[in-house]
Amino acid sequence: MKPPAFDYAAPGSLDEALALLAAKRDGAKLLAGGQSFVPALNFRLARPELIIDLNRVPGLAGIRRDGDGGLLIGAMTRARAIERSEVVARSNPLLHSAIPWIAHVPIRNRGTIGGSLAHADPAAELPAIALACDAILVATGILGKRDIAARDFFLGVFTTALRAGEILTEIRFPAWPPNRRHGFAEFARRHGDFAIVGVAATIDVAADGAVGDARIVVFGAGDTPRRAREAEAALAGSHPDTGALQRAAALAANHVDPPSDHHASAEYRRELAGTLTRRVLEQALAPRARAA
Amino acid sequence: MSASTSPGAPWIGRPLRRAEDARFLDGSARYVGDLKRPGMLHGVVLRSDHAHARVRSIDARTALALPGVVAVYTFEDIRRLARPIPLRLGPCPGLERFLQLPLAEGKVRYVGEPLAFLVAEGRYVAEDALELVQVEYEALDPVVDVHAARADRSLLHEALGTNVGSHYTVEKGDVSAAFAGADYTRRETFRCHRQTAAPMETRGLLAEFDAAGRRLRLWGATKVPFYNRRWLAGALDLPEAGVELIEVDVGGSFGVRGELYPEDFLVPFAAMRLGRPVKWIEDRREHFVATNHSREIECELEIACTLDGEIIGLRGRLLADMGAYVRTNGGLVPAKAAQFLPGPYRIPNVGCEVFALLTNKTPVGTYRGPGFYESSFFRERLFDLATADLRLDPAEFRRRNLVTAGEMPYGIENLCPFDADAAYDSGDFVLAFERALAEFDYARVKTLNGTLQDGRLQGVGLGCFVESGGAGPAETARLKVAAGGRIELYTGCSTMGQGHETAMAQIGADSLGLPVEAFSVFHGSTTLVEQGYGTYNSRAMAMGGSAVKLAAENLIAQLLAHVARMHEIEPAALEYSRGAIVRREDHRTLATLAGIAAAAQAGDGQARAAIECSGTFNQTRRTYSYGTNIAHVAVDPETARVEVLRFLAVDDVGRAINPLLVHGQMLGAAVQGIGGTFLDELIYDEQGQLLTGSFADYLLPTATEFPNVEVISLEAVPSTLNPLGVRGAGEGGIIATGAALANAVAHALAPLGVKITELPLSPNKLAQKMREARAAAE
Repeated sequence: MKPPAFDYAAPGSLDEALALLAAKRDGAKLLAGGQSFVPALNFRLARPELIIDLNRVPGLAGIRRDGDGGLLIGAMTRARAIERSEVVARSNPLLHSAIPWIAHVPIRNRGTIGGSLAHADPAAELPAIALACDAILVATGILGKRDIAARDFFLGVFTTALRAGEILTEIRFPAWPPNRRHGFAEFARRHGDFAIVGVAATIDVAADGAVGDARIVVFGAGDTPRRAREAEAALAGSHPDTGALQRAAALAANHVDPPSDHHASAEYRRELAGTLTRRVLEQALAPRARAA
Repeated sequence: MSASTSPGAPWIGRPLRRAEDARFLDGSARYVGDLKRPGMLHGVVLRSDHAHARVRSIDARTALALPGVVAVYTFEDIRRLARPIPLRLGPCPGLERFLQLPLAEGKVRYVGEPLAFLVAEGRYVAEDALELVQVEYEALDPVVDVHAARADRSLLHEALGTNVGSHYTVEKGDVSAAFAGADYTRRETFRCHRQTAAPMETRGLLAEFDAAGRRLRLWGATKVPFYNRRWLAGALDLPEAGVELIEVDVGGSFGVRGELYPEDFLVPFAAMRLGRPVKWIEDRREHFVATNHSREIECELEIACTLDGEIIGLRGRLLADMGAYVRTNGGLVPAKAAQFLPGPYRIPNVGCEVFALLTNKTPVGTYRGPGFYESSFFRERLFDLATADLRLDPAEFRRRNLVTAGEMPYGIENLCPFDADAAYDSGDFVLAFERALAEFDYARVKTLNGTLQDGRLQGVGLGCFVESGGAGPAETARLKVAAGGRIELYTGCSTMGQGHETAMAQIGADSLGLPVEAFSVFHGSTTLVEQGYGTYNSRAMAMGGSAVKLAAENLIAQLLAHVARMHEIEPAALEYSRGAIVRREDHRTLATLAGIAAAAQAGDGQARAAIECSGTFNQTRRTYSYGTNIAHVAVDPETARVEVLRFLAVDDVGRAINPLLVHGQMLGAAVQGIGGTFLDELIYDEQGQLLTGSFADYLLPTATEFPNVEVISLEAVPSTLNPLGVRGAGEGGIIATGAALANAVAHALAPLGVKITELPLSPNKLAQKMREARAAAE
């Protein structure tokens, strides 16, 4: 399990990285945390001519608040830094609660948020969180930056809306309203494995207990994480009781079109999507589920 | 865990920390991957992508043209020397026809079968070159399960006309009569899945040949180095004394490592041909297709008993998936599964028909508890299906049928085609069983069976086992008194991480009345003792440890004779005491070990002869370990997740040389078995491609999966078959894990109408069972 030969560059600035990327186009691959890419390289599933290592590019890592109460996270920020960030815990409890589900601590010490989003594994947690939170993914190219909404970013298995020559540099999470509640659950064979199915949800609850905006994202059950829009719509405006949550869960289960593989059949994934949706909604609406 | 020390045995029974741990922990241990020799080349194996195909051509010209590539060997290059990998154990009739050559000749029969051996200046260029070798295949119909194999429509070995490697029947008592007259019978078909041991360190070899001296050294050996040396010397046309197999530190074996594999021939062959050292390190992807698999058996099993639960007969038909060839372990796995179907129970009439079947999958061999894990699952699961029918308590049923201490020795007759009549020499199966029930508070906990607690279904399951270990026929140890009276202890056993350096020293210490610190333990070369066997079948203490004891007794006798000669008195007038030879009448010290060693070093020929001595322990009868496992699980009926709330394994090891090591063996075995029951699974698709070829898909338990495991090693009944009284301790913890867990899950899901007859207990399969049960209920 040795990789084929490749060229390696460790640019010292974003401009230099962009220039290298522009010159090589499809033959180049960016190295962030390397937790998915390096194994693929050693299995010879990835065969780049050039690896552009982003680890020495300044300014790509960091967590800060923006003026609107949102959260700005640099693409090279390690998962572990997000996990330990007080700022994240306060300003995006869903992200905070989902991070420990990513693999294991040594992997989170290296793996980056940008790497995970750009890799777009359909069973990964961060793409689902980005989608549930309406995150904006900032792509930087030689000609400048452009914002890509999370809902437009994930196009398929390992496929994103990033264009050749672009680097994902920053992720913006909109402000978290005070009345927003959340839930997160996933099913994996072992702790730290990629999810067989996972569900992330946010529910904005009005003072009278009525559901305002609801977001339910199912991942691991299709090519990309997907919002269960029928289920969301069924909850909106209601005062959900147990039956309503069950109906929403059933809608979420019907909505997914999961694959079958040797770990889980499509039927099993569909059942899990329903069960986890109901549990996540219960979590979100439980009396003390607000605080992270 | 009990630490039994006695005045005469101050070291045996002490939970000493392992002397070898320091080097494992500080990184100074040396594994075969760490070794480098001047001018060393790197070998890689070209493996078949096809499960079943004719090989039309292999074109290595482009690969050979790549700078740094030294050689590519195919079958044509080894034809003159090639002989099949031998069948060392388990010669079920007929299996000898299906042996594997080191490289495929004209046809491949499993994904991963070696087609060529490529040697280059470095590992990277070797792997680059491997991609340039062009193989032209003509695909044939793959045979991927035992039923397809039996049908003989597509043949793996056409010239033999069948995929049935072996077919035999064993019987004791009168099975037909027992079933014909029975009040109650029940038949079920059970399946155990394909697994592999997956030691932390993959296999690896480094060969160096001294052409002038006709001397071959091969690092990376373990398990059975003496047998392998003999075979390799023959295959490579070298004198046996000119071949040295060297064992460096080893990161686990669990049965799969150290057997003769194709690479054990290819690596030294290349080193001899090229006149340069050649190293091959198996990578993990190769490991999954190249190293022995195990466990895949289907068993149709039927029980006959009285309505109040006395077993009168057990009969089975066992279909074992052998993979594409028969390797060194032969038919040991199915044969032991069949032989031990009755387990620790008194069953007067037992019969089994065994089919060992060839399929287009990686060949199988032994893996910790070979055949025992599988047959314990078949039997114990059937017992609980029967007790449910008869409305009997599972514990009471087992208690009633366990062989009692009063029935020992208990003959198990001849249920194995290559073993003599055997008997359980001693043991108290009921005692271990009752201890487990009491520790677990079984009578109380079992009332939870099938109940819903916090949304999860509870289940408690039992599994009892007996296991043969301590295989003979012999083992040798050599002791030498060194400077200062220190003792060098040489053993023919291998060690793959068990802590033998510590345990052997404990035995030596008590045998010679010296502290363990006085001992240096040497193992791991075929030059250390004249004839060794190795480490397998939980034999290192029973055989190797007993050899140390005998060597010490021989050494003492030899030293006494030497001192008697020096002082011209009768040896009987002398006695040995803690490193000194003293005169009985006045306890005056006439000589010390240090003094005799000094004399030897100074050139005293008689002293030199006196300070070194071997001991060989001969025993062809096996020891038997036994015990009971109990599992308490909670199953989430919505997600099919099973949590092991508590798992207890109790077994009797006869005597624990080092209770800490025994505890570690038991605990490790239990967790390996629990993982094997829920997680580990080698899955092939219909084309014979392995789908679980990395640790992302072949799931091993990590430290967080099964935290609630307890083990108790009893020293209840010493074995009568060796002077230490030890029974095998390396495998007992794994054997009834599948049985107990399957019973626990079955009891949890019984209210849903789910029947458990297959392993693994994966959530996907359990969810499917629940779905089917719901559909049937509607």
